[in-house]
Amino acid sequence: MNSKDNKAEIVHLIGSKSNKFITGDRLFKALVIGASIYALFMVVLVFYALSEGSLPIFFKEGINFIIGTDWNSVEGRESFGALPYIVGTLISSSIAMVIAVPISIGIAIFVNEMVPGKIGTVLSFVVELLAAVPSIIYGLWALFVFRFWIVDYIEMPLHNTFGDNLYVFARTPFGLDVFTAGIVLAIMIIPIISAVSREVIKAVPHSQKEAAYALGATRWEMVKTAILPYGKSGLLGASFLGLGRAIGETILVTMIIGNAVGLSAIPTTLFSPGQTLSSIIANEFNEASGSFQLSALIGLGLVLFIMTLFINVISIFIVSKVTKSNSNVRE
Amino acid sequence: MANITNFKKLGVSLLALSLLIPMVINSVNAQQVTINGAGATFPFPLIDTWRVEYKKVNPDVNINYASIGSGGGIKQFLEKTVDFGATDAPLTKTEFTQAGNPVHIPETIGSVVVSYNVPGIQDNSLKLSGPVIADIFLGKITKWDDPRIKEINPELTLPSNNINVVHRSDGSGTTFVFTDYLSKVSQEWADKVGTSKSVPWPTGIGAPGNEGVSASISGTENSIGYVELAYALTAKMNYATIQNKDGNFVIPSINSTMAAVESSATVLPNGSASWSNVSLTNAPGPDSYPISSFSYIVLYSELSTNPSINQQKAESIVDFISWAITDGQKFSEPLGYVPLPAPVVELNKQTLNSLTFNGNPISTN
Repeated sequence: MNSKDNKAEIVHLIGSKSNKFITGDRLFKALVIGASIYALFMVVLVFYALSEGSLPIFFKEGINFIIGTDWNSVEGRESFGALPYIVGTLISSSIAMVIAVPISIGIAIFVNEMVPGKIGTVLSFVVELLAAVPSIIYGLWALFVFRFWIVDYIEMPLHNTFGDNLYVFARTPFGLDVFTAGIVLAIMIIPIISAVSREVIKAVPHSQKEAAYALGATRWEMVKTAILPYGKSGLLGASFLGLGRAIGETILVTMIIGNAVGLSAIPTTLFSPGQTLSSIIANEFNEASGSFQLSALIGLGLVLFIMTLFINVISIFIVSKVTKSNSNVRE
Repeated sequence: MANITNFKKLGVSLLALSLLIPMVINSVNAQQVTINGAGATFPFPLIDTWRVEYKKVNPDVNINYASIGSGGGIKQFLEKTVDFGATDAPLTKTEFTQAGNPVHIPETIGSVVVSYNVPGIQDNSLKLSGPVIADIFLGKITKWDDPRIKEINPELTLPSNNINVVHRSDGSGTTFVFTDYLSKVSQEWADKVGTSKSVPWPTGIGAPGNEGVSASISGTENSIGYVELAYALTAKMNYATIQNKDGNFVIPSINSTMAAVESSATVLPNGSASWSNVSLTNAPGPDSYPISSFSYIVLYSELSTNPSINQQKAESIVDFISWAITDGQKFSEPLGYVPLPAPVVELNKQTLNSLTFNGNPISTN
């Protein structure tokens, strides 16, 4: 009888103690699950709100909303097509990527491999400082200062040299076009890409680099055979991070891309004005009147959302593929 | 233990106090009325001046105006989240019926100038006619030395350069007025482009806001665009002299805009009728500047339609607007706005007298 009581007491004691443990554990678990459900819930909620808001325009235009080029909000003549802005978004961010990726990776390699520790730290600090500059500052600077340099030292020489033969340079430039937008976007995303690339390159094991040197590789050969293959997935990830920013950037693009609408917003040359999905939303949302224009703008938001989602999925896919093929290069 | 209880007591009493303080303040301010408005950005500097000046006339009334754009103003007015809306374009027929026939009260007037940057051509020396402006913005006239521009500017030496057209990229009342004018003077513009706050521009580059257009014009030689007169005056931009309906070339100014409004005032509808067809552009009269427009305050003719308006607030709203369209007009000119001419003020007074609250006319002191 006594021993039974003791047993019960012990069980009770352990029970109460483990109960305490369990409460803490459960709380933590609930918190973590809650946080991840929140993230998922937000994505679903945004998707739902955008889909619901854009229903009227999809009913009205059907597939023409995606492949159409009209953009007319005059009462009685409403007609909306997103194609010019999808094209504008892709072109401006492609230009930005072509410029930004090599420069950023170059910066990362330089800072990690070419300069001694302290100078490298200062340099990377300066580059990261650029990442903290708000995009409207880049926009103002581009509109009032930088665009004239681009016209004078890049666009005009290109136009004068190749304008007669290459159609992409044919239009007389004046600085408010997809090319300028691409360059300024590149400047904006370089700090992000180079900061992440720097960490990626830092993570390349010394053994890999020393092995390359031991085999008689020059510095460039070491970068080519040790750093780039090893860091490939990380560098790709860094680039996609930059691409994500370039696609969604709004205010900077609005200030310098020239904001054409409709068919004339599909740039026929590098020096033509264009319009991106986010810039037309920023331009027209405030004064949108009538249910169709508002719905069309929300529809553009949906297209942008899906485009970003798509790019992220592709990037995850590519990164995982590269990582797999790289797994035999590990230490 | 005793300490903790003391702290608890202190906490409770602090909490009670913190709840009490706002209540006391509220009861002191019981007579204060806050009028909320939202809408057009164009009249914002003027309405903001009224907010400050009216406070001196009637210290118990606070005006709260959010310049979120005409579209947003109309939306909030229809959703009854603000007491009055402000818009540069009159309500469309659909909006008008949706709101149950609200009243329009023109509170100020603005005009739009055609600004340019052509080396060697001084302010006001370039002359343009409506059809020529329309064809430039349609992309049909592409060079500055086009015969049609030369014809009306025989004394100028115009360069043989391409015309860089700049327009607003954001939806805007300024664009509405400008395209309204072009639709009246060019059938092709009316058919191909039309009148709206944002239109399918056939050519040119878009820049956001008056500031964006101004920066694009001043930074680009051989360019042409349009901005509000008030903005052009403060930014010291070059602007063109424009041919009016009577065939005279008129410099945009407060006086020439006044002339246009006075000549159109006789045909204005009743304040409670639909104003969707009201337009001051291309007004007759020898001195009338052809590109100008009212900016409106919209109110429900039965103010209790908006549940947040009570008797006291209704009286304050009517009193504030009566002040704004009379005494308040003296703040217009220094800010670059055109004061309302007498017939429009009379019309507004009639409109305000016709307003009701729960079916009874609203008395103001």
